Amino acid sequence: MRGIIGFGGYVPYRRLDRSAITAVMGRGGGRGTRSVASYDEDTTTMGVEAARLALRPVDAEPRALWFATADPAYLEKTNATAIHAALRLDASVGALDFGGAVRSGIGALRTALDAKGPTLVVAADIRGGLPAGADEAAGGDGAAAFLVGTTDDGPVVAELLGSASATEEFVDRWRQPGSPSTGQWEERFGETRYSPLAAWAWKEALGVAGIQAGDVDTTVVTGVHGRAVKRVAGQLGVRRVADDLGAAVGNTGTAHPGLLLANELEQAEPGQTIAVVMLADGVEVLVLRATEALASHPPALAVADQITAGAEVSYATFLQWREMIQVQPPNRPEPTRPSSSAAARARDWKYGFVGSRGAESGMLHLPPARVSIRPEDKLDAMDPAPMADVGATVATFTIDRLVYSVSPPVVFAVVDFDGGGRLPVEMTDVDPDAVRIGQRVEMTFRRLYEAAGIYNYFWKARPAR
Amino acid sequence: MASHGIKDQVAIIGMGCTPFREHWDKGTDDLLIDAATAAFASAGVAKADVDAFWLGTASSGMSGLTLSQPLKLEGKPVTRVENFCATGSEALRQASYAVASGAYDMAMAIGVEKIKDSGYQGLNPASAPHDGTKRNLTAAAMYSLVLPAYAARYGVDTDELRMVVAKIAEKNHRNGALNPLAQFRREMPAEKICEMAPVAGRLSVFDCSGVADGSAAAIVVRAEDALRYCDAPLYIKALAFVSGTGGGLIDPDYDYTTFPECEMAGAGAYRQAGIDDPRSALAMAEVHDCFTPTEMVLMEDLGFCERGTAWKEVLAGTFERNGDMPVNTDGGLKAFGHPVGASGLRMHYECWLQLRGQAGDNRQIDLSTRNLGLVHNLGGYPGEMVSFVSILGSELG
Repeated sequence: MRGIIGFGGYVPYRRLDRSAITAVMGRGGGRGTRSVASYDEDTTTMGVEAARLALRPVDAEPRALWFATADPAYLEKTNATAIHAALRLDASVGALDFGGAVRSGIGALRTALDAKGPTLVVAADIRGGLPAGADEAAGGDGAAAFLVGTTDDGPVVAELLGSASATEEFVDRWRQPGSPSTGQWEERFGETRYSPLAAWAWKEALGVAGIQAGDVDTTVVTGVHGRAVKRVAGQLGVRRVADDLGAAVGNTGTAHPGLLLANELEQAEPGQTIAVVMLADGVEVLVLRATEALASHPPALAVADQITAGAEVSYATFLQWREMIQVQPPNRPEPTRPSSSAAARARDWKYGFVGSRGAESGMLHLPPARVSIRPEDKLDAMDPAPMADVGATVATFTIDRLVYSVSPPVVFAVVDFDGGGRLPVEMTDVDPDAVRIGQRVEMTFRRLYEAAGIYNYFWKARPAR
Repeated sequence: MASHGIKDQVAIIGMGCTPFREHWDKGTDDLLIDAATAAFASAGVAKADVDAFWLGTASSGMSGLTLSQPLKLEGKPVTRVENFCATGSEALRQASYAVASGAYDMAMAIGVEKIKDSGYQGLNPASAPHDGTKRNLTAAAMYSLVLPAYAARYGVDTDELRMVVAKIAEKNHRNGALNPLAQFRREMPAEKICEMAPVAGRLSVFDCSGVADGSAAAIVVRAEDALRYCDAPLYIKALAFVSGTGGGLIDPDYDYTTFPECEMAGAGAYRQAGIDDPRSALAMAEVHDCFTPTEMVLMEDLGFCERGTAWKEVLAGTFERNGDMPVNTDGGLKAFGHPVGASGLRMHYECWLQLRGQAGDNRQIDLSTRNLGLVHNLGGYPGEMVSFVSILGSELG
């Protein structure tokens, strides 16, 4: 039996109230909120967060990592390798990008379900468009991750019953690399393409699964064409169409079928059947059934809880983070690019947040050190100390209004880790006046800054969720 | 194995110090020439008489050429040293050891920094190639951590403590207002500082040292030769230096209310000089007031008062120019700004003036019962710093 062993959805902390768009622009916007990746997040960092959530409750280790996004941090260079490093996967685990198209997220997941070996599929996206446009308001940012494998790899919580794929070339939505907005053909045209493709693929997948539409408990229907999604949802003949999270999160594009599936799995009962239908340059269909193992698989952090925990970001800040408006930077030198060779030597520390602990003293060193600050430890007598998943408490903090930052001021805290150890570290996803001594924090993988076209990834602390 | 020190083996026979300013019309070369020329004149020697040079600069030049070219030194050794904000004092330390060793008869220590050509506000040192995981935080923010920590440890109201450190700035600006070499010549009431917008934690711009260009120099000889050049030499009683492990950053027991590197450097200097009670032995101290909470904590780390009492002593006026323990009588980094390579030697220059009774009627401290001075620098941040402490005196023994 092959299926899903672990899953996790990631919704960034910030929310843009769509009415804030209308208030500023006089048009656009709408009701509800959309999720917003912070200035220090990109699809790679959000992918790391989703993958950490997916892997936390499971014992199985992936033998492959596939990362899909329509908004890659890098072209040319593989983005999945940073996720690979942050998850501290073995060098023998291949890491590949499924790049460019919104369809690549669901495509990677279906391919993994057909493949061999435990495979971690990560999809992330940052969706937007020009100010006051429909995509700006309807889009959302987020990520989802699935560990796919067989019962030999670990308990399968959702078994694949069947799948289907239909492909057709037509130019409905398109975007050239580097463009801030997506083009769309006249809506009624795409609808005429998607509707029959979906009907065919749906029938095909149900046939493979050996069930009827009425047997499906919940169906996720999403895609790049809002009007077609509505029409297809109405024509499938299913009992329940899943919440598309449009009111709170928006459409997270490449990540969206995965995010919605994770959200449904978090609420599903063993034995329930869940289907996913994704419209993007054709149609992808998955039919899954929750197993008994789902009952004993508590999510590390439910999508619904992340949605509830969000906090507002102003429209002006949103536009600044998306580089839709340029603001005057502080009169300080910009940061210098990290050295590739220095970063490579420090890979476990920089990407994996692994320190070292004195073998005798137990003293935690962040970054890892060869010589201990405690005299009882001998040279090079240190054990690796993975700290990414260890909670911490704010010992003291300050607000730096002078230092260079894309989004000042910088909130900086001295945090003490559970079980001993300390690091002065930047905080994120926090309002300056909400920081407190004694506050609980957790580590999160972020993009500190970009310099000379190189993204500098490292860890920050954020309020515990 | 011990740090013996060189008490009374080396003497300063001449010093020079440029005004500390935004010297838009002077470059590094000009500042070096001005400070060196003043020092040669002060000692009554020519540049050819000096056997070796130690140049302190953090980022205004590399190698001895930074000095030997503008001064046109023929066939002389010049060593460029850098040790964060203790760079100027480090130059003096090395020059003094060179003379004490007998390798040279006469040496010059000179420090310089040309900060204001960077085009940015504040200090912006270049960093070596790095892995991108280093802290991105200003020094002001790191030192701002001291205030809440100190308030919590000693049960002081945070608003009151904020006023205490503003009083330190007020004192140093009052001292600087009387000093023609200082960058800032205006007094600044503590109440006004407290009203200013914070830039880091609760610190305002006026809790931070100024930024200026400047240069200062000293000429040293063996003590036994000093009176050949100078009626009133200044004898070096102690030179101590501690470079920390950085352990404070990762040690949960470190609480940001003390700078252990400074305490150790101070204790080392007192040992070398044979001082048991610094408060009763020292006539003055020039300490590294890079930020106002720094000076407060240093009063305890250097043993001028008991732990947890510096804030009260500040309010009592102990560290005023006419107080029981005058600190930063020239105005300190607050009023002088901080040309990194020059500051340490500028602080020694104030000792040179004060301990020899040459500070002028309106600035001169009382030397009737005590005649030793202390100079302190620190460089780095709470938890990871270097620290320098010297003791100087106008008499042998």
